[in-house]
This record gives sequence, C-alpha cells and structure tokens, in this order.
Amino acid sequence: MAMLHTVNKSPFERRSLDSCLRHAVKGSAILLIEDGIYAAIDGTVVAEKIKSAVGDHKVYVLGPDLKARGMGDHKLVDGIETVDYAGFVDLVTEYDKVQSWL
Amino acid sequence: MKLSILVNEGPYQHQAADTAIQFTKAALEKGHEIMRVFFYHDGVNNGTRFGVPPQDDRNITEQWTALAKEHDLDLVVCIAAAQRRGILDENEAKRQGKDGDNIAEGFRISGLGQLIEAGIQSDRLVVFGD
Repeated sequence: MAMLHTVNKSPFERRSLDSCLRHAVKGSAILLIEDGIYAAIDGTVVAEKIKSAVGDHKVYVLGPDLKARGMGDHKLVDGIETVDYAGFVDLVTEYDKVQSWL
Repeated sequence: MKLSILVNEGPYQHQAADTAIQFTKAALEKGHEIMRVFFYHDGVNNGTRFGVPPQDDRNITEQWTALAKEHDLDLVVCIAAAQRRGILDENEAKRQGKDGDNIAEGFRISGLGQLIEAGIQSDRLVVFGD
C-alpha cells in the first residue's frame, strides 16, 4: 500500500517536511507543493535531507509553484521530477492514499 | 476515479484554496468525478459572496461558483465552522435571528457527516490546508 505524501510548507519555516520524512515508508512518494518547493532546490541547507530521501522515495515537485516563486530555473536536487497539476492528479490516482502534511 | 476535496484554509490566506481549485480543474479535465468539495475550519470563508477582491486579482469564491455550475459540483460548507465565522444561508439566518445571509451561489451548508460520507464513498480524499 503505497502512499502519496504532499508537503506545502517551506522547510525553512515549519517542520512538516521532517514529519513527513520521519513517517513516510520506503516506496511511498513525496510531492512538494506551494512553499514546500523550496525543499527541492539544490545547494540549500536542507538539500542533503532530500538527497537521502530520493533513495527511498520518488520525490516530485509542482512546476507551476516553482515558477510562481521565480525558482523555475534553479537547479533541483538530482532525482526530483517536476510535474504539473495534471501530473499531481495522476499521482493521486496512482497511489492508494494521500497524506497532506500541512 | 471518484475524488473528494477537503479545503481547510480560507481564500487569500495562503495558497491552499488556489491549489484546491487548480487540482479540481485538472482532475475534471482528466475525466475524474469530483464527488464533493468540503469546506472546513477557515475554509468556510471560501463560501461568502460578499468578498470583493481588487479587479486585477482573482475572485476565488466566483471561481468555485463557476466551476460548480459548469460541472454540477457539490460544494459543502461545515455548519459549525460556518456559524462561528458568520457564513449563513437564508435558513440559518432566519434560525439565528440574523438580518441577512451571505452564502455564495453553488455552496450549501451542511454537517460533518458529509465529509465522512465523502471519505467513505470516494476513492481518494485530497486535503488542502494551512
């Protein structure tokens, strides 16, 4: 039973990404949306956390939210895949359950 | 697939209401059924028709109303959360002795049972909030 986790808060503001990473079991997917997208950017102090998560989870980031924050051209942590809203919908249907870390 | 949406955040608060609308639109475009959109906590503020955002800004409530009209969506506002925040329909205004109602077109006020039902009957429940 693989689950999709969404994180919508910046890792520099709240602990929701840490909560997510502590609870998400291997094989579940993580989608970074809204301010959560900052976790996807390479070279930050939280990038290592995501780098180690990429081994156990598929990690996705919502492209329109990257663009809305002027982060569209920044280098992402290797292994993170960008999706649009249609891709978001596909992930929701692909995984059995959706857990939103708010 | 049958999906339901839970919105726990008010409009213009952060981004959850906008994300919920974009997600709902994308799901409908892909041919999925949206069984219900339930508004809880500050999310009930999505359902007032008295909001007047600047003309160059999006009107989130009108976006929900238009989407509901086009796709016959069931937009349900939690009654207890709504009463606390002054969201009333005609019936509730009368019952509470208030001088007017403000619920927007396409929204209806009901109880938490509607959320439980949506959770049970839908294939997925997707939560947007703060």
